[in-house]
Amino acid sequence: MKQITTPISDDVIRDLKVGDAVALSGMMITGRDAVHKWMIETFIKKTRAPQGDDLQVYEELKKILNGSVIYHCGPVVSGLDTKEYKFVAAGPTTSIREEPYQADVMKHFNVKGVIGKGGMGAKTLKGCEETPAVYFHAIGGAASYIAQTVTRVHGVFKLDFGVPEAIWVIEVKEFPVVVTMDSHGGSQHAVIEESSKKVLEDLLSR
Amino acid sequence: MRDLTNEILELIRRTSSSLPPDVEKKLRESIEKEEPGSPARGALETILKNIDLSRAQSTPICQDTGTPIFYVHYPVGLSTIKLKGQIRSALAEATKRSYMRPNAVDAIYDKNTGNNLGGDDFPYVHFEEVEGDDLTIELMLKGGGCENVGRQYSLPDNSVGAGRDLAGVRKVVLDAVQKAQGQGCAPGILGVSIGGDRGSSYIKSKEVLFSEMGTRNADPKIAELEERLTSEANEMGIGPMGFGGKTTVLDTKIIGLSRLPASYFVSVSYMCWAYRRRKMTVRGEEITYD
Repeated sequence: MKQITTPISDDVIRDLKVGDAVALSGMMITGRDAVHKWMIETFIKKTRAPQGDDLQVYEELKKILNGSVIYHCGPVVSGLDTKEYKFVAAGPTTSIREEPYQADVMKHFNVKGVIGKGGMGAKTLKGCEETPAVYFHAIGGAASYIAQTVTRVHGVFKLDFGVPEAIWVIEVKEFPVVVTMDSHGGSQHAVIEESSKKVLEDLLSR
Repeated sequence: MRDLTNEILELIRRTSSSLPPDVEKKLRESIEKEEPGSPARGALETILKNIDLSRAQSTPICQDTGTPIFYVHYPVGLSTIKLKGQIRSALAEATKRSYMRPNAVDAIYDKNTGNNLGGDDFPYVHFEEVEGDDLTIELMLKGGGCENVGRQYSLPDNSVGAGRDLAGVRKVVLDAVQKAQGQGCAPGILGVSIGGDRGSSYIKSKEVLFSEMGTRNADPKIAELEERLTSEANEMGIGPMGFGGKTTVLDTKIIGLSRLPASYFVSVSYMCWAYRRRKMTVRGEEITYD
């Protein structure tokens, strides 16, 4: 298993291939549906004017995300009253919902990888080649197990999006993932989609 | 009637953190079918470690604690208004204790209520009055990832050549599994209902998931189709998490409903491997949990 710590260099990313098992460490953020939509509309396509603390959060995110990773995750967090936050359960959410946004977000913030489940499509795969970046697949539903790798919660932005949708700034130690989309156009998801389609066609003809 | 809020809270804790033994057993059997060192086997190994850890710590198996679906069978004379109130209080407390994630988001204003209580529809509670003195409360937690890959077909469906018969049902169910890929956290369990209207069809496709793994339909013809679908779905090689492998579907459960002459719906509810369902029975002073 390869050990990789954020921030990640382009060379390290280019070395990764589909099928590589990786233990990730370092700082990263969580971000899912509301966050991606907000990033695109407010800072990338600029179809929405920044409001409240948007610009301050943006400046912070630019620093954190440069060379780092976005984790598609809506965690269960304890300590909400005392602000002594702790991740209780934190598996990945389905990534494909971010397909319209992901490539642009990766390029804009120089994000070196996203962690999620279920894989992503052609637009993100192209974004992985260009940025460069990779897609790290975590084990869906393994929430208590993955939460143990979150050693510290540094803080939270946009808590008004709700606990699952907020931007949690976390530090992880040896978070286990598998590369399923690399920066050379390889996608395990495209391969399985294709092979299962062939079997389905055969089954339907029986 | 006694207040059951604390006992329902315990039901929620158990459901969220402790996978039922029949599901765990099936997952443990599946691991042997996957190649040592393969991503599929690695995924199942992590899943099993997570099951043990969640149970030991009383933490959620999956952070998506899903839609809480309660089925209550109550004896004549019990107040469903009071029971519903106790279910809602227990759910809010379970959320405070991190057994559950705050999961109720107002769809119009995009606002998370923070306590898992939405309108009258969230949590979903179904009441059924029954003969006898026992009160049973069943709870299923169904996450959004697997809910999103559910499908409903109106037969005939030319896209897969499915006519209005069981052969057509087979085709659309296999199509649903192929389209789901790993998105619904495979290996999954399929709840299939044939007939009904669009609403009842989907509801029954979930209700059938309350039965134990391996429960077969009483009609041998349907039981055979259930087994055939599980086996053919596994031929597609999608595997755990969509990594590729032999274990894509763990079980299939089918229910037949009445339909209108004009309609022939087939609904497929996909349940993720984190197949969380538990039951409590109140008999006099005694309360038991399955």
